[in-house]
Amino acid sequence: MWEIIRQIFPYAIAFTIPLLITALGGLFSERSGVVNIGLEGLMVVGFFAAALTIYKLEPVMSNAVLRVILGLLAAVIAGVIFSLLHAVASIHMKANQVISGTAINMMAGAVTVYLARNITGSGNIHIEAGVPRKDVSFLGLVKIPVLGPLFFRQTYFTTWIVIAILLASWFILYKTSFGLRLRACGEHPHAAESAGINVYRMRYFGVLVSGAFAALGGAIIMVTYSGEFSGTVSGLGFLALAALIFGQWKPLGVLGASFFFGFASTIANVSQAVPALMAIPPILLKTFPYIVTLVALVLFSKSSQAPKASGIPF
Amino acid sequence: MKRGINSELVKALAAVFLGLVAGALLMVVIGKNPITGYISLFRGGLMNAERIGNTLATATPLILTGLSVAFAFKTGLFNIGASGQMLIGGLCATAIGLSFSWPRPLLLLAIVVGATVSGAVWGIIPGLLKARFNVNEVVSTIMMNWIAYWSVYYIVPSNFKGEYLETESARLPEVASLKAPWLTRLFAGSYINLGLFLAIIAVVIIAFLLDKTTLGYELKAVGFNRHASEYAGISVNRNVILSMMIAGALAGLAGATFYTGYASNMQIGVLPSQGYDGIAVALLGSNSPWGVFIAAIFFGLLHSGKGFMNAITKIPPDISDTIIAIIIYFTATSLLIERFWNRFKKKKGGNA
Repeated sequence: MWEIIRQIFPYAIAFTIPLLITALGGLFSERSGVVNIGLEGLMVVGFFAAALTIYKLEPVMSNAVLRVILGLLAAVIAGVIFSLLHAVASIHMKANQVISGTAINMMAGAVTVYLARNITGSGNIHIEAGVPRKDVSFLGLVKIPVLGPLFFRQTYFTTWIVIAILLASWFILYKTSFGLRLRACGEHPHAAESAGINVYRMRYFGVLVSGAFAALGGAIIMVTYSGEFSGTVSGLGFLALAALIFGQWKPLGVLGASFFFGFASTIANVSQAVPALMAIPPILLKTFPYIVTLVALVLFSKSSQAPKASGIPF
Repeated sequence: MKRGINSELVKALAAVFLGLVAGALLMVVIGKNPITGYISLFRGGLMNAERIGNTLATATPLILTGLSVAFAFKTGLFNIGASGQMLIGGLCATAIGLSFSWPRPLLLLAIVVGATVSGAVWGIIPGLLKARFNVNEVVSTIMMNWIAYWSVYYIVPSNFKGEYLETESARLPEVASLKAPWLTRLFAGSYINLGLFLAIIAVVIIAFLLDKTTLGYELKAVGFNRHASEYAGISVNRNVILSMMIAGALAGLAGATFYTGYASNMQIGVLPSQGYDGIAVALLGSNSPWGVFIAAIFFGLLHSGKGFMNAITKIPPDISDTIIAIIIYFTATSLLIERFWNRFKKKKGGNA
C-alpha cells in the first residue's frame, strides 16, 4: 500500500496544483463580492496562451525553462485581460454574474479553438518540452523519512510557486488592512464604502486576480502533465469551484479541499492500471467531489461562510 | 406594457447585432472576408431542403433546453443544469433504446417518457435542496452537471459499449430512433426527426401552462416576488420544486431528441453545449415560449451552417459558438444597450 501511495503522490500533487491556484483565484473574486463561474473558461484561456507562446518560441529560443516561464507569464496576462470582460459586466454594468460567467466559459472555449485551428489546422497545439521534474535536494528535504518521498520527490517548480502564492494570499487576506477591506466588500459593500473604501476598485482587483490565477492554473496543466492544448480542461474549473465551496471560502480550507479532490481524481485516473485500486469504482471517485460539495452545502446551509454580498451588484 | 416588450426586443436585437459584428471582426483578424463568411454561413443552413432540415434538427434540442432555462427563470430560478439533465435524459433514452425490442410506438414512447422523467429527477434534486435547505440552485445544478458527466463517462463504456470505440455507446437500432423515414425523405436525408414535433408541443404546453393556468400564475408570482407570494398564501417551496422539476423534464426531453434523434449514439466525455446555449436561447427569447422557439431556430441556423462555411471559406467552425457566447455576454450587459436606447429616444423628440 505504501508503495502505491508513494507512486501516486507526485501525480496527485501535479493534478491538485492547477485546481488549488484556480480555486484560490475564485476565492479572491468571491471575497470581493463577485461570483465567478467563468473559472473554467479562464483556465482554458491560460492553457491556450501558454501553449501558443511556448509553441511560437520553440524555433527561436533554446532554453526550455525560460520558454515555460514566458508561457506562464503570457497566460497570466491573457487571463487578466479576459477576466476584465467579466469584471466590467459584473461591476460596472451590474450584469447577472452567472450569465456573464457562463458567457466567459463559452467564449473562452470557442475563441481559443477558433484561433488554434487557424494556427495549427487541427485545433490542438503540441509543445516539445514542459517543466522538468526534480527532487528537492535543498536542505536534504527529499531525504526526510515518509514526507520526503511524498512531497519532495519528482516535483515541478510550478508547485512551489503556487504554494508560495497560497501563503502570500493567506497573509494578504487575513493579516493586512488591504485584505480586510477586500473581504469587507464581499460581506457588506455599503458599510465598506461609507468607511471610505472604493468598492469598485476592490472588486476589479478580486476579479482580475481570479483571471490571473485561473489562467496560471490552465497554463500549469499545459506545462506539467498535459503537453498539448486541446481546447478544454474537462471541468477542472468547475471542480475548482467545488473546492472553493467545500473549502468554505478560506485559503487553507481550499488547500485541503483541492488536495482531497485531486487525490480522489488521481486514484480514479490510475485505478484501472493498479490492481490494488480496482476495487474502488472510478465513477464514485469522480462524482464524489460534487456529491460531498452538495452535502456540505446542505450541512452548512445554516452557518455558511460564503461572502454575504457575493453575487449581488453594488 | 407595450413599451416593455419593445425595449426587450430592441435589447435582444442589439445583442444579436453586436454578436455578429464581433464575429465579423474575428473573421477579419484571421484575414477572411466577413461578408462571404456570413453569406456562406447562412447558405449552409438554408440553401436546400436537406440543410433546412438540419437547421431544424439542430434547433430541436435548443428549443427544449431554452424552454427549460426560461421556465426556471419565470420562477426566479437559474437552471444552468440543463446540460446535465439533458445528458441523463439521453443516457436513459439510449439505455431503453438499446435494451428493449418492443414494437416501435411503444419503444419510442418509453424512450421519450424515460428521458423526460429522468431529466425531471435530475432537476428536482436542486429544487428540493433549494426549497428545503436554501442551497443556491446555480451551484447545485453545476454540481449535478458534473455528476451526470462522470456517470455517463463510466456507465456507457461498461454497459452500452460501442462496436469500435470505447468512447461511445453502441449504435441505436433504427426502430429506436426518433428519425422517421417519411420525414427524412421530405427533407432530402437530413437529421430532422420527430423530436421537432415534441419540441413544438412542449412550447404550446408551456405557453398554455404559464399564461392560462393557476399553476403558471403561481410560478410567475413566485418569480416576481417570493415574499408577496408567500404572504398571498402561495407555497413558495412547492413552486420552486415544481419549477425545477418541469425545467429538468424539458431538458431531459432535449436529451432524447438529441441522442436518439439527431445522433444515433452517445459520446462520453462531452457535456452537451446545448445546455449552455439554452441560456442564450432563453435570454434572447426574453423567456417567452415562442420567443424561445424563434431564438432556438436562429441559433440552430448558426450551428448548422458552420460546416458549409468552413468548407467554402476555411473559417474555423468555432466562430458560431463564439458568436453565441458574445451574444450572451451582450444580453447580460444589456444595461449598456438600454442606456443607449434611452438616450436615443430622448434625442428623438422627448415625447417617449
